[in-house]
Amino acid sequence: MNVSTEHPIASIEEVKSQRSKRIGYFFYRVRKSPLTLLGASIILFMLCVMLFAPWLATHDPNAIDLMKRLQPPSAAHWFGTDEVGRDIYSRVVFGSQQSISVGFFVVGVAGVVGTLVGCFSGSVGGRIDGLIMRLTDTILSVPSLVLTMALAAALGASLFNAMLAITLVRIPYYVRLARGQALGIREMGYVKAARTFGASRWHIVRWHIVRNALPPVVVQATLDIGGTILVAAALGFIGLGAQQPTAEWGTMVATGRNYILDHWWYSLFPGLAILITSTSFNLFGDGIRDILDPKQRGK
Amino acid sequence: MTPTPILQMKDVHVRFPINPDWLGRPRQHVHALNGISIDVARGDILGIVGESGCGKSTLAQILVGLLKPTSGSLQLAKQDAATRSGMQIVFQDPQSSLNPKLPVWKIITEPVYALGDRPSQQAMMDLAKSLAIQVGIRPEYIYRFPHEFSGGQRQRIAIARALSTNPEIILLDEPTSALDISVQAQILNLLQELQRSRNMTFILISHNVSVIRHMCNRTAVMYLGQIVEVGATLDVLENPRHPYTQLLMESVPKLSDAGFSSDPAEKTELPSNIKLPAGCFFKDRCARATSGCQTPQALVTGEPRQTGHQVRCHLAYA
Repeated sequence: MNVSTEHPIASIEEVKSQRSKRIGYFFYRVRKSPLTLLGASIILFMLCVMLFAPWLATHDPNAIDLMKRLQPPSAAHWFGTDEVGRDIYSRVVFGSQQSISVGFFVVGVAGVVGTLVGCFSGSVGGRIDGLIMRLTDTILSVPSLVLTMALAAALGASLFNAMLAITLVRIPYYVRLARGQALGIREMGYVKAARTFGASRWHIVRWHIVRNALPPVVVQATLDIGGTILVAAALGFIGLGAQQPTAEWGTMVATGRNYILDHWWYSLFPGLAILITSTSFNLFGDGIRDILDPKQRGK
Repeated sequence: MTPTPILQMKDVHVRFPINPDWLGRPRQHVHALNGISIDVARGDILGIVGESGCGKSTLAQILVGLLKPTSGSLQLAKQDAATRSGMQIVFQDPQSSLNPKLPVWKIITEPVYALGDRPSQQAMMDLAKSLAIQVGIRPEYIYRFPHEFSGGQRQRIAIARALSTNPEIILLDEPTSALDISVQAQILNLLQELQRSRNMTFILISHNVSVIRHMCNRTAVMYLGQIVEVGATLDVLENPRHPYTQLLMESVPKLSDAGFSSDPAEKTELPSNIKLPAGCFFKDRCARATSGCQTPQALVTGEPRQTGHQVRCHLAYA
């Protein structure tokens, strides 16, 4: 049979145009849902705040001015000042760097590690799968916040250790999720077909299992960023996360608690920042779920 | 003179352990295949028919290497045990046999990629285009995803994928039973055209007798993990010698019966394949069962020897 040459030869550009079409459709769907758009805008805003913190801040976040302790919000200090006269607005702005990077780091590492381990476990099956599952069961059987606190305390109080502790505790959730997906996917015809080609296990995991297991994992990850920011703030609040004088929202709320009756602004503004950021990630995550995983809608 | 076979199966048995005791030792076995011996020559289209549960799918899995025989041997002329590129398979259901997350050109060239040599992306796309043209898919469609195609088109894509490594044999596992009637004919014609132009060898597994009649030059009838009758398609289907083949042919609906025929055979079930029947596997359902049926039956070669017609029944040529 002759191979016709009248058809244009395939090019990378054509593939790219197909890909951009799909990405365009994704943004179209995001625009159609106002709540997703709201979440996405706030996240974008927070990312800008995080990147441009040095220019957005009106004061040095760590500059102590004992003459101006605990001043209410004013034109000079938009969110007021704290017990050593530091500008709360500037500290909230710089605090975004800590909180949001913790969120992305934890979800990124836990998501990637958990997905790979879960997909591998599910597609291999047998004893290895059983071992990994008992391990995750053990971690999941302990309340996650308690375990995170215990790990963070054992590692020593610092923001990095808190991050590490949250990551370790989050991994089993992704392992479970990805494994559940992999169990279904490995029975599909295309995995059987790949096995008949003599494809390696790694090829099957990478080409078939991970690609098809990904949508629910991405949804879970987006929803988790908000939760992780909350947990990081909670660890900061009980003194296991970022340490003074680092500007971190959870730590600020914790210190402000001592003055909450007379100086409401101290805890309010970092608290609002936590609330708004984690809510926006949740809104965005819900929207992503509706787009990527229409069967889950409304749950 | 018969050409040298490119596929030889010798007395292949497969059994699966079931019902383990508390130490995990199996107490019973399911006997899926009970001694399959068959040769396939180059250019053959071998049809395999049989009712549900007779072991057709197990045979398919053995052939493509998804299962290993419990005993017996399987030999491909172009033996390439590590990759098995000598044999490719087209599955029944084109919905699940194509990964929904991959563009068609990647699906088509996946066997080549998975075998380890990594051609450039450009080379793979060119290969995908030429294969797409051969199976009747427009080459500019190869950037699309499987959900953008109809069932028949997907089966064409699956066929293109099977062709990509230039295999000697393609195993077709009920390739048309998930398709509309009109599309079935197109796919069968495509397969015949490919077979003629490339002198390929097909093994076609089906429970549809008319598909077998249309496509195959040789036909094997399976019953309870054994081949009970094998020979040229016309001989087997038009002049069946084994009582089971006769039963099978009588149960094929015919236009002339208008659906009111008196039931030719008792509604009987396939015997259990956990406890295999002693003697002839078919004797409990056989109208002609006599005293000679208590012993296991061997394949008997029929009278005009050159046709290679074999029947597993001592009454066939009596």
